[in-house]
Amino acid sequence: MWNTVKLVVLGLVALFAAIAANYGRDLSYQVHAVIIMFVAAGLFIWTLRRFDEPVAVANPNEYLDGPIRAGAIATAFWGAVGFLAGVFIAAQLAFPVLNFEWAQGYANFGRLRPLHTSAVIFAFGGNALLCTSFYVVQRTSAARLFGGNLAWFVFWGYNLFIVLAATGYLLGGTQSKEYAEPEWYIDLWLTIVWVAYLVVFLGTIMKRKEPHIYVANWFYLSFIVTIAMLHIVNNLSIPVSIFGSKSVQVFAGVQDAMTQWWYGHNAVGFFLTAGFLGMMYYFVPKQAERPVFSYKLSIIHFWALIFLYIWAGPHHLHYTALPDWASTLGMVFSVILWMPSWGGMINGLMTLSGAWDKLRTDPIIRMMVISIGFYGMSTFEGPMMSIRAVNSLSHYTDWTIGHVHSGALGWNGMITFGALYFLVPRLWNREKLYSLSMVNWHFWLATIGIVLYAASMWVTGIMEGLMWREVDAQGFLVNSFADTVAAKFPMYVVRALGGVMYLTGALIMCYNLWMTVRAQPKVSDEPAMVPAE
Amino acid sequence: MSKKPADQPTKVDTTGHSWDGIEEYNNPLPRWWLWTFYATIVWGVIYTLLYPAWPLVERATGGILGFSTRGQVEEQIATFEAQNSGLETELASVDLTTLADNGDLHNFAINKGAAVFRNNCSQCHGSGAQGAEGFPNLLDDDWLWGGAIDEIAYTVTNGIRNEDSFDAHWSEMPAFGRDEILTDAQIAEVVQYVRQISGQDHDAGLAASGEEVFLEQCAACHMDDGTGDVGLGAPNLTDAIWLYGGDVATLTETITNSRFGVMPAWSQDYRSAFGLSESEINAVAAYVHQLGGGQ
Repeated sequence: MWNTVKLVVLGLVALFAAIAANYGRDLSYQVHAVIIMFVAAGLFIWTLRRFDEPVAVANPNEYLDGPIRAGAIATAFWGAVGFLAGVFIAAQLAFPVLNFEWAQGYANFGRLRPLHTSAVIFAFGGNALLCTSFYVVQRTSAARLFGGNLAWFVFWGYNLFIVLAATGYLLGGTQSKEYAEPEWYIDLWLTIVWVAYLVVFLGTIMKRKEPHIYVANWFYLSFIVTIAMLHIVNNLSIPVSIFGSKSVQVFAGVQDAMTQWWYGHNAVGFFLTAGFLGMMYYFVPKQAERPVFSYKLSIIHFWALIFLYIWAGPHHLHYTALPDWASTLGMVFSVILWMPSWGGMINGLMTLSGAWDKLRTDPIIRMMVISIGFYGMSTFEGPMMSIRAVNSLSHYTDWTIGHVHSGALGWNGMITFGALYFLVPRLWNREKLYSLSMVNWHFWLATIGIVLYAASMWVTGIMEGLMWREVDAQGFLVNSFADTVAAKFPMYVVRALGGVMYLTGALIMCYNLWMTVRAQPKVSDEPAMVPAE
Repeated sequence: MSKKPADQPTKVDTTGHSWDGIEEYNNPLPRWWLWTFYATIVWGVIYTLLYPAWPLVERATGGILGFSTRGQVEEQIATFEAQNSGLETELASVDLTTLADNGDLHNFAINKGAAVFRNNCSQCHGSGAQGAEGFPNLLDDDWLWGGAIDEIAYTVTNGIRNEDSFDAHWSEMPAFGRDEILTDAQIAEVVQYVRQISGQDHDAGLAASGEEVFLEQCAACHMDDGTGDVGLGAPNLTDAIWLYGGDVATLTETITNSRFGVMPAWSQDYRSAFGLSESEINAVAAYVHQLGGGQ
């Protein structure tokens, strides 16, 4: 019965996609319709061939680790893709000739930039959050994932979203909202996937065997719930045609800008901060084999963080059409957010009390510690940059880019690498990693890469901010815009170099993880079991 | 900070929970953390009283300091405007030909003109006024439409070959090839002749027959000797300065399809929102005039 329903739905989707591909009004939409048609048709055939096969009954006492393994692979893969795209567009900024004439309209900076940001945030970061949250919620709830194969749907559905988003950017399908570029039908699809994600996660928590919900799960849950709300509100739009990718935003003008940055800042706050704090709260104590420093601190900073973050968006719109009162409130909430953010840093670092010697011997712990360090640094820099006077210098400059990358490369990247190094041997039942010295190489390449990146962007950001505002004694502008662009060249080269180092480190990690699975002996063939009561 | 050695258990108890082996200490909130958090909240409250912050029914609170971001900008602009107002008025109505005699006003005009240039002109003429292909270099003494200061001001005011100003400079070179005025062979000849009079490598045989074509078709504007005519914006072809290029391929392209370089009319009369005022035009003319080649 269930298989029949699936066949009917998949058949209808494939048919509609084929029709849509024919009537599509723009290239991006047509290509997407073809992709969806192939995916639906493939699943149709797959379901048909297994129609009469008996359904394998899963052991409810066995953890569901398949989607987590797939997620770990996807994280490493999309990480490498995203970093590569970043290195290339950094090189395009330094050497504009790399915007090849033959690839205009597909591979110029404007098309590749959202590809890079989405690949890193949503493909790399998103898969990392999916797979670690599935791992952590099962282990800390002592329960198999809720919803049978729904977790598999979440994994594949989310990655289909990534593919549609990425191809859309290259082909010009964008609604021009930063970090929310995908058009309406992709947004609808993500909404379905996200609700399924919430069901799996919440269902697992509800059937947990532990009396309390572990702090990591608070953070994961707040991330899932808030992203759902942000995604829906910021993407409220009306499609121009059901056969085209173009849509019109419901909000206009400064309301649209405010909604966008309410979304944009909380994508940082809940996707890249709360979600990754969930990761930190599990993997750091596990790897350090130490208790979490303070339960009280985790409660207070959790509630303070999620209460305050949601108001901080207006600091992206200082000195714009946004009324001053909104901009003041955004700034004040951002500054008050400083300590709640640091609560996570303190809890992470102080968890290592009594285990600091591991920094010498365990490069994975070192990776996690530097990640928490960069977290602390960016969450100080953020409130500082939200102050109106600082923002009047830093806004629109490369300082912002440097800030984002010390957070993304330092905090999100490094904690994810640490989690992958922790997870892969356990998920594939391997005794240990293939090579710790490769982890060490990865650590140093990535760290030096970030330092080059952030330092060059600070220098060039402050420099261009000062050049833009420089006036002579009579109030006349001293520099033309082109002068400021020319002055940035050396720092752009240094930045690209930092990116190359970071990418190299990630490729070393991919090789190391690959060899861990391929060449390390298996510990046992037993699947991971839920512990007995 | 724990100063205990690694193997000594800490004195604080755990909460008694354990998840997958993870426990939690019952440590209190770090005092410095808590007090800094309180301090930011107190600061936040005070700040929102001082600055516009809380939305009410009709409007938001304005703050004790009466600050606004627009007010901040207006204040800065007003400061400089008050400081410059005398020179500004003088500059708007000055006789440009005597501007250089008035040291203070001339300096003011050059500084102001430089800023006007960086904002409005550098996109085509380069931030150093060095020009680019199709956009004249303003540092040399080769002028298409005249290099005296009032001539420069006229060009800035009305522009070149635009539909906005009735007084825009206007001339149009025929597309000798496209409109079949000359054959490809004749164009090849005249190209060689132009290379000859500009002192470049050329085919003497072709150039000789090219001279005839030149005198018949080109000399009306570019003059018999090829030195051009500023009144018609016809470039001097005997020097080493080229707007589009003096190589064979570019010359052939120029003669075959012609060129039609446009410059906007910058006066506020023609570009109400983005145009330049009288004093800005005078300033930028003074700036360009003193770059090196003003006549």
